[in-house]
Amino acid sequence: MKRTPTPGSDPAEILAGAAFDRRDFLRRSAATLAAGALSLTRPARAQAEKPPVIDTNVYLGPCPFRRLPLETLLEAPDSLTRFTTALSTQSVACWAGSFEALLQRDYDGINDRLAALVGTDKAHARYFHLFGAVNPKIAGWRETLRRIQQVHRMRGIRLHPNFHGYTLADPDFVALLDAASQQGLIVQIAMRMEDARTQHPALSVADVDVKPLLEWLPQMPTLRVQLLNATRSAADALLVSRLSELGVCFDTAMVEGMAGIARLVEAVPEIKLCHGSYAPFFYPESAALKLVESTPELDSRTLAAISSHHAENLLTVG
Amino acid sequence: MIWDLHTHLTRQLRGQTPAEKAAHLIEVGARHGIERFCCYMGIEWSREPDPADFAAQNDQILAAVAAHPGKLYGFVYLNPKHTDEAVAELKRCVADGPMVGVKLWVAHRCSAAELDPIVSLATELQVPVFQHTWLKTTGNLPGESTPSDIARLAARHPEAKLICGHTGGNWEIGIPEVRAYPNVYVDLAGFDPTAGVTELAVRELGAERVLFGSDAPGRSFASQLAKVTGADISTSQKALILGENLQRLLEPALKAKGLTV
Repeated sequence: MKRTPTPGSDPAEILAGAAFDRRDFLRRSAATLAAGALSLTRPARAQAEKPPVIDTNVYLGPCPFRRLPLETLLEAPDSLTRFTTALSTQSVACWAGSFEALLQRDYDGINDRLAALVGTDKAHARYFHLFGAVNPKIAGWRETLRRIQQVHRMRGIRLHPNFHGYTLADPDFVALLDAASQQGLIVQIAMRMEDARTQHPALSVADVDVKPLLEWLPQMPTLRVQLLNATRSAADALLVSRLSELGVCFDTAMVEGMAGIARLVEAVPEIKLCHGSYAPFFYPESAALKLVESTPELDSRTLAAISSHHAENLLTVG
Repeated sequence: MIWDLHTHLTRQLRGQTPAEKAAHLIEVGARHGIERFCCYMGIEWSREPDPADFAAQNDQILAAVAAHPGKLYGFVYLNPKHTDEAVAELKRCVADGPMVGVKLWVAHRCSAAELDPIVSLATELQVPVFQHTWLKTTGNLPGESTPSDIARLAARHPEAKLICGHTGGNWEIGIPEVRAYPNVYVDLAGFDPTAGVTELAVRELGAERVLFGSDAPGRSFASQLAKVTGADISTSQKALILGENLQRLLEPALKAKGLTV
């Protein structure tokens, strides 16, 4: 099916620099591809209908590192409306965890506030799928897990092992994986929150070593795991390939390099890559434009898988 | 109008020759409507190139520029530790050649006196000097400049057009360090698209001193463009950052070489 060129899709108009608002720029970039006006390697593929996008990597609440323009606060309900307005131009749903989970340790309180933040408005509640905070090194984590599932009815848990002081070889982590698997919760593991070169010097946190998952995952075939901020480039191909064979999903937020998504898919064809913006820490346009940049090299099935199908499978399988 | 201040011709690009690699870069950049690309350093990099090495890298850029006239603009890559040869190379590639800027990387901190003859000649030729800068939490390389270094250089050369590459990476610290020097511009390229960077740069420096660059192909055009398109600034400020500022910076050199602006 051919995409109908949208008004303002004329490359000459783009080059004239008439407007650069976030919705308009994304529409124009996509439309430039669809118009086939540029020298593309596979222009026909770019004409496919743009599939719906599920953003699997979003954070709500106050960021501990810096003031973010699209930060959301429970005390300022308008901030969530503003964030949702910005993101909804790019995605039909978002999977959200809490920034508070990085440094605060009252995990039940964190999850209560996360639920309260989106629970004040039905549209927000539909748009955001929440992922609860839990730390297997804190006694009582099983009750936290129960509340995540039974009280808040969240879709999964988002873990930050490098901030919470445990490795993925830790028996308590394995017990948490087992419990999450039994309760049908998706497990997201944030591998890094920021480039080590730009971290606050008092908070230099190493990347999570995910290799122990290669040992645990074969023992938990029903467990659904996604690694966030885990892949920067095709250079990570070997480990990504082995984890992909075990069913692990990844996200696009920190995939870098020119047409980096396409290059990663080419290097690891079996990768289950989901759209992830890491907003509001990153400008949400980054993920959307990265998909635009790689679109000519991706077939329509892969594009749909990245946009939403892998995320839908995570939600429905298990 | 989108002009990219910061691109390279490294291995990950398709093709064998500089011209072929430049074609790939231009093709993918055009997906976002990027019209012009400033490009520097060769296919293989070296941190402390000797004169033969930086001349060879510049020859690759010259070949790419010749293959893509009016699309690709070359900056001459120099090592200030070889001052005399660097000045000669600047004359070869800019005064007598088609290049329109200077690129300095990590061979020598830019606050050093060896930079003075290079910056003086670049100023005379009316071309900008792009200096890589970082303030890495994990520690800089010995010859790696910081925004403070470029501030000291700017104080000695108030007429020079200096570009603080990467905005120092740790931009909350880098931007204030160059704030007092109106002849220093900041380059948004080559670090993660952390929200707020462009808003802070515009607040502290004014949009006229902020330049879009991608650092492609090491970075995606997309993540770096998002720093501008996603920023909470006005449409006219975005237009300045995405291309108008760079056009203004390069205009004297482009006109001198008979290139259309």
